[in-house]
Amino acid sequence: MLVEWLQQPENWVFLVVGLVVLVSAFRVVTSQNVVHAALFLVATLAGTAALFLLLSAEFVAWVLVLVYIGAVIVLFLFGIMITRAPTGREVALDHTRKSFAVVVSAALFVVMAWASVEGFGTQPLIDVGQGTSTAVVGEALLGRFVVPFEVVSFVLLAALIGGITLARRDLTPLEEEERGTV
Amino acid sequence: MILNQFLLLAALLFSLGVYGLLARRNAVMILLAIELMLAGVNINLIAFEAAIRTQLAVGQIFAVFVITVAAAEVGIGLAIVLMIFRNRRSANVDELNLMKW
Repeated sequence: MLVEWLQQPENWVFLVVGLVVLVSAFRVVTSQNVVHAALFLVATLAGTAALFLLLSAEFVAWVLVLVYIGAVIVLFLFGIMITRAPTGREVALDHTRKSFAVVVSAALFVVMAWASVEGFGTQPLIDVGQGTSTAVVGEALLGRFVVPFEVVSFVLLAALIGGITLARRDLTPLEEEERGTV
Repeated sequence: MILNQFLLLAALLFSLGVYGLLARRNAVMILLAIELMLAGVNINLIAFEAAIRTQLAVGQIFAVFVITVAAAEVGIGLAIVLMIFRNRRSANVDELNLMKW
């Protein structure tokens, strides 16, 4: 069965991309340099977008590239810059006792892997390579799912305003007087 | 391609995110680990969509919603980290013991 699996060329693409995703994800959680961790997240998400293309979800893949690699990572880099998190190795980024975290995440992986192997076995994917037309996604998004779509846009707006409100520095009374505004 | 290869990859990605969440002490690093977990969830949604093929591409639409909410979460999260850093001069979660009795 493994030989059969390896004979399909898209599985080789999957192996290469999956390896990139896993290695860079590992570096995201283990790198001792904050900026490197953020940039490894770019590699992870780019690999994820490639997997989405492999699963014929073009629209979501490019949304991921635009939103994550274009916007969220920039936000992270700004956050790193502003909190002046150490860019060298002076201060430890990890807790000293990591064995507990290793045990918990390994146990979680074993449980999830067992569940998906038990539940789905070798169930194949349907007509991969067909591609999902963006028109289908758009019509569903503005038809059947228009209410959640509007709600999520409201959530995004509220988060934006909340982020600005939280992050802006309030003027001290003295500064307000200097500016002549109350 | 079978469904399980994507599910296992997503499970690994999620577990790495959980590891980062527990092992990191810098708040920005914790947010990065959360992004890893969300990426794993998105792979699951898209893979199930490719295995079932619904009429409305529901899996892909849910992935779009997850991406949107994750963007909102990062914005708010980084603003909170920024404020904590401004008040406490530190972004390390183990130094935030204000609510510890």
